[in-house]
Amino acid sequence: MNFLKRYLIPRLLQYLLVSFLGLSAVFLLPRFLPIDPIQQRIAQYQTFGVIIPPDQLEYMISTLRSLFGLEGTLWQQYVMFWQRLFSWDFGPSLARFPTPVSTLIAWHLPWTLGLLISATVIGWLVGTLVGGVAGYYHRSRATRLLEGMAMVVRPIPYYILALLLLILFTHVFPLLPRGGGIGIGVAPEFNLAAIWSILLHAALPALTLIIGGIAEHFQAMKLIVQTSRSEDHVWYARSAGVKDETVVFHYVIRNAMLPRITHLGLTLGVVFSGALITEIVFRYPGVGLLLYNAVMHGDYNLIMGISAISVMVITTLILLLDLLLPLVDPRVRHQ
Amino acid sequence: MSGLLRDLFKDYRFIIAFGVVLGLLALSILSAFSPFDPQRALQVPRAQPPSWQFLLGTTWLGQDVFWQLTHAIRNTLAIALVASLTSRVIAILIGLVAGYRGGLVDRILMSVGDTTLVLPSLVILILASIFLREWLRDLVNLGLLLAFFAWAWDARVIRSQVLSLREREFTRVSILSGMGTIRLVVKQYLPFIMPIAFTTLINNMSWAIGMEVTLAYLGLGIDPSIPTIGNMLQVAIFRQALFMGFWWWLLAPVGTALLLFVSLYLLSVSLSEYLDPKARVQRIGLR
Repeated sequence: MNFLKRYLIPRLLQYLLVSFLGLSAVFLLPRFLPIDPIQQRIAQYQTFGVIIPPDQLEYMISTLRSLFGLEGTLWQQYVMFWQRLFSWDFGPSLARFPTPVSTLIAWHLPWTLGLLISATVIGWLVGTLVGGVAGYYHRSRATRLLEGMAMVVRPIPYYILALLLLILFTHVFPLLPRGGGIGIGVAPEFNLAAIWSILLHAALPALTLIIGGIAEHFQAMKLIVQTSRSEDHVWYARSAGVKDETVVFHYVIRNAMLPRITHLGLTLGVVFSGALITEIVFRYPGVGLLLYNAVMHGDYNLIMGISAISVMVITTLILLLDLLLPLVDPRVRHQ
Repeated sequence: MSGLLRDLFKDYRFIIAFGVVLGLLALSILSAFSPFDPQRALQVPRAQPPSWQFLLGTTWLGQDVFWQLTHAIRNTLAIALVASLTSRVIAILIGLVAGYRGGLVDRILMSVGDTTLVLPSLVILILASIFLREWLRDLVNLGLLLAFFAWAWDARVIRSQVLSLREREFTRVSILSGMGTIRLVVKQYLPFIMPIAFTTLINNMSWAIGMEVTLAYLGLGIDPSIPTIGNMLQVAIFRQALFMGFWWWLLAPVGTALLLFVSLYLLSVSLSEYLDPKARVQRIGLR
């Protein structure tokens, strides 16, 4: 009961608050800006030389208004926005009329989530483990080498990293497919050929995210372990003759690894942004590519839908991580 | 001051990074002497590989890559500076107010900050830059928009610093000797906060450059005819520089971006290590 009150309820409240603020920002941002999307659309039609009679123009404006959800006062729109959000209705896509936005997102979201989650988990595991070992043996030459590499890779944004990998593995050494999510003509069914094709296409985007993740977690973990290796319990274990490997993996890394889960949650928003960009570079059919196409076609509804769903996905993933923490870390349970 | 520089120059990472940044700054100053208008095409032969006449080659649009690059570095650094200086001001103000006032003000400010921290900033930035397309054509405006997304983490760090400063003896002494709140904050707290603000400034510049490049790739952000690193990259990719074999056109912005990111990062690492005495001791112990 105490745990529920002190850990669970604050987290849930925070989740609700952050989601609420974030979604309100998604609603408010476009509306505070000086540009009217409807006038913009009509101007677009008119530049193509379409002549619209005044009565039809009126009709068109009112149709577009209801389509964009811009009827009534700001408050009414806001209420409508939440109603539509809860009924999972973001209206039709404007570029691919009349496919609903929710259908498009539902098709693309699994690709992004699969890429994001697997790459984050792999990057986190490898980065923290290698970083932990490196922090423990912080004087060895291999550690210095790894540290130097991490120091160069760490500041490179995902976009440039993706571009470099793309050039390296598809132009200089043409080993991997240039883009897409699955080979042309391969049906996304559950058989070996399809799975292999999906993995092959996911390799480069995933590698981008994994390399970035490894560098970051390696550095952070190395720093933590380096300071905790001189703590009393480590000295005690070593002077009691416990083997070095046991000390590293059971006493040092295990202790330092779990708090890193919290950190994972804090950086998830950044990694998500990175995943979107990586998808665009590799033409990977996830939400990022959908967003790119929506931006290119000025698909207002789709952009709104993607923004709202991204906010929800990210806050929910962070909440899940927070809830996972007491399950694996007894110290949080007993606080 | 000279002692600080002497200590910093003992760090080989600082020397390398400092040199590279100085070099890039020199290039950006060179842009003032550029013989070509950076926004006009067809001023030199098209798609020439690097030679003595055209140091980094020319683009398919007939622009000299080297001179284009000098403008790009200048403009990109300008965006980064506007973004990071503005966000520093916001971060310091919010951090000071939240830390010093505490209570409800603190909680509201920090939850707003946490929200901007957790949200996928790229999506929100894309959303904002679509609706602000015209407004964002200007360098300064893009910097201001980026600044809005970059203050939260540093405000939190500054706030926790202020929280600990508030409990120290000298705060009470100052208050008892009749120092006003504003004077106290400016005279007594700012000296503790400026080093934090300065190291985060560099990190923040790096982030802002990354975002500029990313937005440019999406065709958003500032006027695509103004050369920035992002715009150069975007044009080179859009014109299929890679497939046509114009590698120099793509290599110039990518290489510059890499140099810039890595050297800014090294600068911030060596500076924050210098400012954190614990890390400094560890470094000396290692040697």
